[in-house]
Amino acid sequence: MAEVSATLDTADRAREADDPRSPVVKFGADKPLRLDAGVELAPFQIAYQTYGALNPERSNAILVCHALTGDQHVANTHPVTGKPGWWETMVGPGRPIDTERYFVICPNVLGACMGTTGPASINPKTGQPWGLDFPMITVRDMVRAQAMLLDHLGIDSLFSIAGGSMGGMQVLQWASSYPERVYSALPLASATRHSAQNIAFHEVGRQAVMADPEWRGGRYFAAGTNPRRGLAVARMGAHITYLSDVALHRKFGRRFQDRNNPTFTFDADFQVESYLRHQGISFVERFDANSYLYLTRAMDYFDLAADFDGVLARAFKDTPTRFCVISFTSDWLFPTSDSRAIVHALNAGGARVSFAEIVTDKGHDAFLLQEPELFAIVSGFLDGAAKARGLPSVPR
Amino acid sequence: MMMLSRLKHDLTMAEAARMPGGARVDLVVVADMVEHGAKVLDVGCGDGELLRLLAETRNVDGRGIELSREGVNECVAKGLAVIQGDADTDLADYPNDAFDYVILSQTLQATRQPRVVLEHMLRIGRRAIVSFPNFGHWRIRMQVMFRGRMPRTDNLPYAWYDSPNIHFCTIKDFRELCVAAGAEMEKAVALNPWGSPLRLNAPWWFWNMLGEQAVFRLSRGKKASSE
Repeated sequence: MAEVSATLDTADRAREADDPRSPVVKFGADKPLRLDAGVELAPFQIAYQTYGALNPERSNAILVCHALTGDQHVANTHPVTGKPGWWETMVGPGRPIDTERYFVICPNVLGACMGTTGPASINPKTGQPWGLDFPMITVRDMVRAQAMLLDHLGIDSLFSIAGGSMGGMQVLQWASSYPERVYSALPLASATRHSAQNIAFHEVGRQAVMADPEWRGGRYFAAGTNPRRGLAVARMGAHITYLSDVALHRKFGRRFQDRNNPTFTFDADFQVESYLRHQGISFVERFDANSYLYLTRAMDYFDLAADFDGVLARAFKDTPTRFCVISFTSDWLFPTSDSRAIVHALNAGGARVSFAEIVTDKGHDAFLLQEPELFAIVSGFLDGAAKARGLPSVPR
Repeated sequence: MMMLSRLKHDLTMAEAARMPGGARVDLVVVADMVEHGAKVLDVGCGDGELLRLLAETRNVDGRGIELSREGVNECVAKGLAVIQGDADTDLADYPNDAFDYVILSQTLQATRQPRVVLEHMLRIGRRAIVSFPNFGHWRIRMQVMFRGRMPRTDNLPYAWYDSPNIHFCTIKDFRELCVAAGAEMEKAVALNPWGSPLRLNAPWWFWNMLGEQAVFRLSRGKKASSE
């Protein structure tokens, strides 16, 4: 594999983990976060971005939950990569999640590396990055931390909460843990539990990271190394699962990259190889390897029904929340059957639920991409909920 | 042939039968059977016209199930609570007494197991409303009698081999199903091809001959009532 060189050094990434270019709320020793692992995390901090304005009634807030490798930079230029926000097609003025009408909050999740406390953050007890001393976290812990952020911001009730993939898991956990605080919910391309196949993919990714000698048992900051190769391989493998056979074939086929004939080497002869290498390399510029381990683990542990003796319907019993569940036909990571299981449980719990499956060949990543039907559905669902809640429409 | 083209024209009129406000007459008849503020499940809700009518005129808490993806996505984009699903398989997931009314509008004939569907409707909802095209209507009978072919009309335009409508029945047949399923008939209305209700107190054979479609409101009962 070609030499993987990061344009950012380790120190720069570490700085973003502790002192991010986002607003930060710090919770001191008096406000510990009680974790599912049975320990308390204190002090800790949450970095977040907001868009639009909170109305005087505080009734127009939408929480956006990011996916595994996302962050809080939903609709602004990313401070590290300089690229547009990851959901600028969905969130912004006049977009389906219209920031002229709604107040959008997106926190960096617990365990991540863009300013919310995670394994790349400094452990106050040692003055060194946490590394593997960071306690194991769950999706429920992420949601608990977000609830503390909303308390701090004075937002009792969310008008809506939206997210795809791991973001959708947070949406479902929110709706189950705090039904009275969630008026409407949009879990996209998600599931109430991580499947065996998905756990298996994550394990391959983690093993790739840990097999990199530069990982150093997770203490790469102290050693001045960075397991770039391992993390890049993990990202390459994962990225395949976010696409589909059809989409890969449409984009790349068997075409060669900058050559007309095979080189009979292990160079990136094929366009698809070159593309994956690029995905891997650009990912390690902005992501912490240990964060990747912790967040994939949190997804693996997610099983909403397990908290209710295996009966998923009880997770949503008599919920007041309005749901809009969306899946994509070519998503084989979080297939429609997973979304349908959510819908069945919601129906059994008497919930008000909409469910749409969108035809696309773009795979799991479709929720992040240009999908006009997705935009029409999200905007129609939110508009219906806004009318029901008495939110004024946008003056235009 | 003169008569047949005339017939086609009449059914086109029925298809377009709408109230001054623009709502389809058969849907208005269904809506009139639902009280204000009720909780309603519309099975086979299409593009959501009935759900919208019920929300606007009856202030109901409405949900829908629709088989076609286009219909579902259109409904959800309108802000209606609709899921993609199949009446034959997905009603089993709903708990008992979840709704005041479960409505099956112009969909009964497309279900694989009409009796099972009807029984689920009366389990999930305290009442069921079913509207369906009456295959006993005299024009349908005429088509079979004089052309010797399966009837095709503007309302029921499919050839027999690609029709989604696999379980046609007449008004008399439907009453028999109600008895078999232990449903009590609370109200029944037959509509002529122009969408007007036929006169009340008419004998069943009259409705069965002249009703182009029928709307029944049912409740759970030990046995069906007789007129």
